[in-house]
Amino acid sequence: MTDKKPVVDEQSVGQELSIEQRATVGLSQGAIVRRRFLQHRGAVVSVFVLLFLVLLAFTSVGTVIGGTGKLTPDPSGTRLIVDGFRIPGWWGYTWWERYDIMLPGGAPTFTWWPFSFGEHPFGQDNTGKDVFARVMRGMQQSLNVVFIVGIISTVIGVVLGALAGYYRGWVDQVIMRITDVIIIVPLLILGAVLGQTIGGDAFLLAVMIGLIAWTGMARLVRAEFLSLREREFVDAARVAGASDFRIIFRHILPNTVGVIVVSATLLMSAVILLETSLSFLGFGITDPDISLGQIISQYNEAFKTRPWLFWWPGLFIVVIALCINFIGDGLRDAFDPRQKRVPRQRSLGSEIGTFFKAYVPGARPGARPGDGTSNK
Amino acid sequence: MLTFVARRLVATLLVLLVASFIVYVLTANSGDPLRELRGSRDPSAQDQIAYLSGLLNLDQPPVLRYFSWLGGVGACFIGQCDLGISVARGQQPVIEAIGGALGSTLQLVLAATILAIVIGVAIGMTTALRQYSGYDYVVTFLTFVFYSLPIFWVAVLLKEFGAIQFNSFLGDPVIPWWSILIIGLVMGFIGSSIVGGELRTRVISFVSVGGGIAALLILLDVTRWFESPSIGFVGIALMSVATGAVVLFTSTGFHNRRALLAVGIIVVLTVILSWPFQFLFYYVNSPWTVLLVLAILVGLGLLVGFFVGGDGKAVVARTAAIVGGLGVLPLVLDQMFIRWDEYVARIPLSNGVIATIGASTPAIRRVDDTWLNMLDSLTHMLLPTIALMIISLAAYTRYARASLLDVMNQDYVRTARAKGLGERTVVMRHAFRNAMIPIATIIALDFGAVIGGAVITERVFAWQAMGSLFNEGLHRIDVNLVMGFFLVTGILAVIFNVIADLLYSALDPRIRVS
Repeated sequence: MTDKKPVVDEQSVGQELSIEQRATVGLSQGAIVRRRFLQHRGAVVSVFVLLFLVLLAFTSVGTVIGGTGKLTPDPSGTRLIVDGFRIPGWWGYTWWERYDIMLPGGAPTFTWWPFSFGEHPFGQDNTGKDVFARVMRGMQQSLNVVFIVGIISTVIGVVLGALAGYYRGWVDQVIMRITDVIIIVPLLILGAVLGQTIGGDAFLLAVMIGLIAWTGMARLVRAEFLSLREREFVDAARVAGASDFRIIFRHILPNTVGVIVVSATLLMSAVILLETSLSFLGFGITDPDISLGQIISQYNEAFKTRPWLFWWPGLFIVVIALCINFIGDGLRDAFDPRQKRVPRQRSLGSEIGTFFKAYVPGARPGARPGDGTSNK
Repeated sequence: MLTFVARRLVATLLVLLVASFIVYVLTANSGDPLRELRGSRDPSAQDQIAYLSGLLNLDQPPVLRYFSWLGGVGACFIGQCDLGISVARGQQPVIEAIGGALGSTLQLVLAATILAIVIGVAIGMTTALRQYSGYDYVVTFLTFVFYSLPIFWVAVLLKEFGAIQFNSFLGDPVIPWWSILIIGLVMGFIGSSIVGGELRTRVISFVSVGGGIAALLILLDVTRWFESPSIGFVGIALMSVATGAVVLFTSTGFHNRRALLAVGIIVVLTVILSWPFQFLFYYVNSPWTVLLVLAILVGLGLLVGFFVGGDGKAVVARTAAIVGGLGVLPLVLDQMFIRWDEYVARIPLSNGVIATIGASTPAIRRVDDTWLNMLDSLTHMLLPTIALMIISLAAYTRYARASLLDVMNQDYVRTARAKGLGERTVVMRHAFRNAMIPIATIIALDFGAVIGGAVITERVFAWQAMGSLFNEGLHRIDVNLVMGFFLVTGILAVIFNVIADLLYSALDPRIRVS
């Protein structure tokens, strides 16, 4: 986070810079960034949690590639099958079939003591569908949307921002006016109108959101380009005869990679909330397909009788969004050249520890560097 | 400054015009408004389809329909608004639908925004001043969590969990000892973190804040205050003294004797005047009396400040006026809580005191009593406002913290310290104002998120307000209804932009000069 910039008195600035310089001597830019990122404990943990969730979502119930996702009876007429190429997973139940209800009301079979998952660890809904399978499928779709939107928006935002910032003049005017028009409509409103138009398909919804969510990225990239295009290395490239295309993509763009990566990450955490909100309102992914928001919308009347239908999808949304946010924070720290290392090495836990140590005589917090302002 | 605001206003209006065209065409193309009728077996269905098609000009392409709609909007300038009719609502004119829906959404959005700004800026500033303290880390972590919360989930949780828990607590208002202990410890922790300083100061602030809050809770519990809450004379006095102390602490500090005297006088005046004001509130039962009382108290504050102020008239008068203005709050709350028993008697038996459905109780809406209606709105707005506020709160906290940290690093702040100014003067007079400049721009940016959040919150709490216009309109492809919603939110967005620009130019002199 850029706002973590500590308040340092004159003396320690010199010291820290020298420490910083010594620590990064002989390292490539990528190595410095990687090293800084690995120091952000929250971000590293989040990467692993997110990877685990992606694996869990896709391997557990398998997935469906292509097809309309509609349910049709199979040739023997006993089961429903889903349209498209189906890859089965290791979980024994599917997200669309009904099963015998195990516990009264379809309560979760998960128990802590003795520890066991049982047949339906997250419970069943009132028609006997397995909630674990449904949540996993919902998570797949929500993650799909997040990644597709992330890619589309980043590409559009980067290209348009780069063009506007590099060429300025009327190109800039046109692109920025388009951006203004999209920004003034709340994203949820525009997303809902588009979602209603395309009617419930996850892939199309993701493309549509991707087409409107690039505005913030374009503005940031444009600002970066506006300042970078005045630098000497751009002049040098131009004198050497490089084409505009080459200057934009080979010379300037690599210098904006930090801004792009960070803002793409934060965009993705906003997208999961947007997609689930749209699906909650009924303008996003709709039945028979599943998204985490759609599950909550479908079951929110049943909160009093079957709270487990409500807790799990919400929990997974929060965990995914939190992980992406933490990764974004870690990336921002890693790409920020002004980053000072001293305060960041304190984790939340040790900070709370220091605070309570404050009540033990002799140990006083606030005596470390970077606290110039808080000592009255 | 005026040209700056005017130029921005014109640009925003043009952008809004183009955006309205896009939304109109997209909505019109998103489906068939007469789908239900087309599937109907009713013999009169064909006639209805023909009638509605004619009424909505469905034979024309959406682009043409947009311009006839725009013509209707343009007619507003000559006093003949025509926003079309709503098919989804039995051919009710959209302007009527807006009229019935606007008030509650406006209240919700404004309350959530103002609360988010005030609380967010306060939290962000305190964390910036106590950077790298435990409090700072806890708040930073919590802003991450709040950023990641889906608003519909929070709203449903508040509705199904918060309201029901609180209502059953009000049914038998006994605060268990452990929750008093936890609340006391947490408040003590926050208090001592904000005060900071040496170990001794921290322990004192921990004990006094935590102990004070715990004692207050125990007092409320013992006197069974929650059974029929009231403010009364004592409550008004306590709240006025507390607001006076907070305002005095942040603006001039207690060492400024003249300010202390002025604030003391205005607090005493508020408490004394609360008695005659009661009769005013009772006999002139109208929301305008609140403004009248506000004007009286602010005026008294200015007068007192002027006469007591001495050398620092402006500062003292401002402080006293703010204290006087805030003194209206306990008076209004007192009036509302006087009607508590009447309110409880009038709400449906199945509902709890904290309502979870709708924006008001119909039975109370019919009673011609401003204060009772206010209390009713308050209990209905409480949970949606919290849900809506939580999301913006995280953003404001983070930006306020980042912005104040940036400013506190600058040379002029060091200069201010170097010439011997106190920490309060440095922070409140020199740093705060400049730190607010980025916040002013965020108000306009955050507005879209608030409107989106309002649509979701109103859906969860079943409000018949602007959000339901949009939901209903879009589900049934009722373009006029959706555009009614869009028009109102667009105008609100323009107003928020202008407010942000005005704040911006008030805070940043460079804008005023150029």
